[in-house]
Amino acid sequence: MPQTAPPRSAADVRPPVTNIGVLGWIRANLFNGPLNSLLTLTVLYLLWQALPPFINWALVDSLWFSSSEECKAAGGACWSVITANIRFILFGFYPHDLQWRPLLGICILIALLLYSQNRRHWRPSLAWAWLIGLFSMGVLLMGGIFGLTAVESTNWGGLPLTLLLSVFGLTAAYPVGVVLALGRQSRMPVVKSFCVVYIELIRGVPLISLLFMSSVVFPLFLPEGVTVNKILRAQMAIILFTAAYIAEVVRGGLQGMDRGQYEAAKSLGLNYLQTMRLVILPQALKIVIPPSVSILISAFKDTSLVVIIALYDLLKTTQTALSDPKWMGFSAEAYLFVALIYFVCCWFMSNYSRRLEKELDTGR
Amino acid sequence: MHSTQAEKVPFLRDPDKLAILYQLLTVIGVGLLSYYLIANTLANLERQNISTGFSFLEREAAFEIGETLVTYSAADSYGRALLVGFLNTLIVSFIGIVLTVILGTILGIARLSSNWLVARLSAIYIEVFQDIPILLQLFFWYAFFYEILPGPRQALSLLPGVFLCNRGLIFGVPVWHQGFQYAILALLLAVVLLFFLKRWAAARQAASGKIFPLFRVGLLLVTLLPLLGWWLGGAPTAMSVPELTGFNFRGGLSISPEFTALLLGLVLYTAAFVAEVVRAGIQSVGKGQREAALSIGLRSGHVLNLVILPQALRVIVPPLTSQMLNLTKNSSLAVAIGYPDFVSVAGTTINQTGQAIEGVALIMVVYLIFSLSTSAFMNWYNKKIAIVER
Repeated sequence: MPQTAPPRSAADVRPPVTNIGVLGWIRANLFNGPLNSLLTLTVLYLLWQALPPFINWALVDSLWFSSSEECKAAGGACWSVITANIRFILFGFYPHDLQWRPLLGICILIALLLYSQNRRHWRPSLAWAWLIGLFSMGVLLMGGIFGLTAVESTNWGGLPLTLLLSVFGLTAAYPVGVVLALGRQSRMPVVKSFCVVYIELIRGVPLISLLFMSSVVFPLFLPEGVTVNKILRAQMAIILFTAAYIAEVVRGGLQGMDRGQYEAAKSLGLNYLQTMRLVILPQALKIVIPPSVSILISAFKDTSLVVIIALYDLLKTTQTALSDPKWMGFSAEAYLFVALIYFVCCWFMSNYSRRLEKELDTGR
Repeated sequence: MHSTQAEKVPFLRDPDKLAILYQLLTVIGVGLLSYYLIANTLANLERQNISTGFSFLEREAAFEIGETLVTYSAADSYGRALLVGFLNTLIVSFIGIVLTVILGTILGIARLSSNWLVARLSAIYIEVFQDIPILLQLFFWYAFFYEILPGPRQALSLLPGVFLCNRGLIFGVPVWHQGFQYAILALLLAVVLLFFLKRWAAARQAASGKIFPLFRVGLLLVTLLPLLGWWLGGAPTAMSVPELTGFNFRGGLSISPEFTALLLGLVLYTAAFVAEVVRAGIQSVGKGQREAALSIGLRSGHVLNLVILPQALRVIVPPLTSQMLNLTKNSSLAVAIGYPDFVSVAGTTINQTGQAIEGVALIMVVYLIFSLSTSAFMNWYNKKIAIVER
């Protein structure tokens, strides 16, 4: 009598254990082939060599709230250099009792940034909120009105100065950059050549040469008796520098515009300004939002260069704290801390720009 | 097309005339601004008794420079000092660019590796090093050399004969010998031969379709010929090995902590950006290209050389150029850690002579020359590898 095997349901036929689950994943991602296995083992060995000592140094043997003498005796990381100097590192020479003001300013800025993150909040009123926010930041830092004690700009420093230079720098540079980009696209040869020369000149030289210029050459440009304070001069250098880069980004957006858009606007009878304001720029600027965030990131990182002309930004206050004989020799800890601040800010921005790029990439 | 009847267009509505007006206004505006600035500057210079012009370049510099490629002493002129700085910038940028391209390519390929661990680590590296300001990284490496590394007596020995300590990086080099001269000449000869061989192989392949194993023969040529030269020159093997005598090393080649810190910072920072460029380039070549190339029977080496790379390079080269330029421009941050590059020497010159305008102008001109010549070269290269359209 012929016998047939009992029918087996699909659930009974399972793949081998080594192809699914954790084991399967490890096999597929870490040990697929001899070369990859060797690579994985090498990397694991290197990590084994590097990570435990680092964790020991940074966490296990570290001191967080101790005097510098205790630190010098201990073998681990001395995070006390930060906890002991945190107010100086963050706020520089800003008067001790008034440091709530820059702190509040930073909070306003962060709140604005977090709120603007969501694209549904992008309304004209948001622009006003930014204007008011930046203005109140300035008032908080400067003082002198509303019963706030005036604080000289020579005392500004630390994180507020870094944020001030980058945020104000980008805000002021953006319109300039847009104008330069339009100028470069212009059909008027004189205007075009001025813009091209400016953009290429600025992009060809390092920021530091512009900062040098602002600190040593710019005072010569002014008539006798007129002086401009150092922070403002550095701020101008950063604005002029950033504007050239923004111009190139915006130009990319303008070139991405279809010819038909210009022609349609013209056939409606719009003049140049109307065409740009109502048709071209709203579309072109939308395309260039993600690269603009990248420019904000590099502007934020580049503000650290003002150290070289002796402005007390975040990096310079850290260095000053380290030059105290008590805390000398703990550079690694202090620099790691500042690096963490920069990293968190930039990482947040670059993630945001990537997400935005995906969201804005509609159609096409 | 012109309107048939002589219609009179009002002046303010005629785009051509308006364009001329706007341009005229721009020229006048820029002219007035420059006049104002120049007039102020001249007045200020006169009041401070600073003479303009570049005659200060011939005066005695009277400051020492730590690292020089050409002979220099404090008695030499400012011009010579600036030349030293210029060469220092050149050497750090050149070595930096070579190392960055190598490291960046490795990282970019690792980022796309099928090995999860390698891809993750590479991604973390790229993200971390991109997001920390280069200046901060330079300070860190500088502190690393002066605070963390031990003195020469407890120097870390990376490899036999290579030492790392707070005096910098010290390693052994062969003692100069006539034999090396022959080896270098032989290498040049090999390169020239290779060039002609390549042309011959291309011509033969075009005529007969036979493929010449150019890569293997070339490799043999460039390795064997210099070896032959070295052997004919007497096969010198003497090495100058660093030895600890007293408190410092003697012999070998020592590279200063400033140079090493600058190079390390620049390379690690820029490589993160180059890695992203390389990744984008590789990803830009569709999977189908590789499969198509394999299916028409090309060997994997040919797939890479003839199909993948030509297309990937087209995407990679323009952003890679701008990263190279960024590295060169960022090398100006040497001034912050005391490596005597061009900006640093020019800064000292400005402080000593008060010739601020000339000094800053020199800095700008030098970097513009770097930028323009690099982009000219890259434009040429780009044109060479661009898609040839019908």
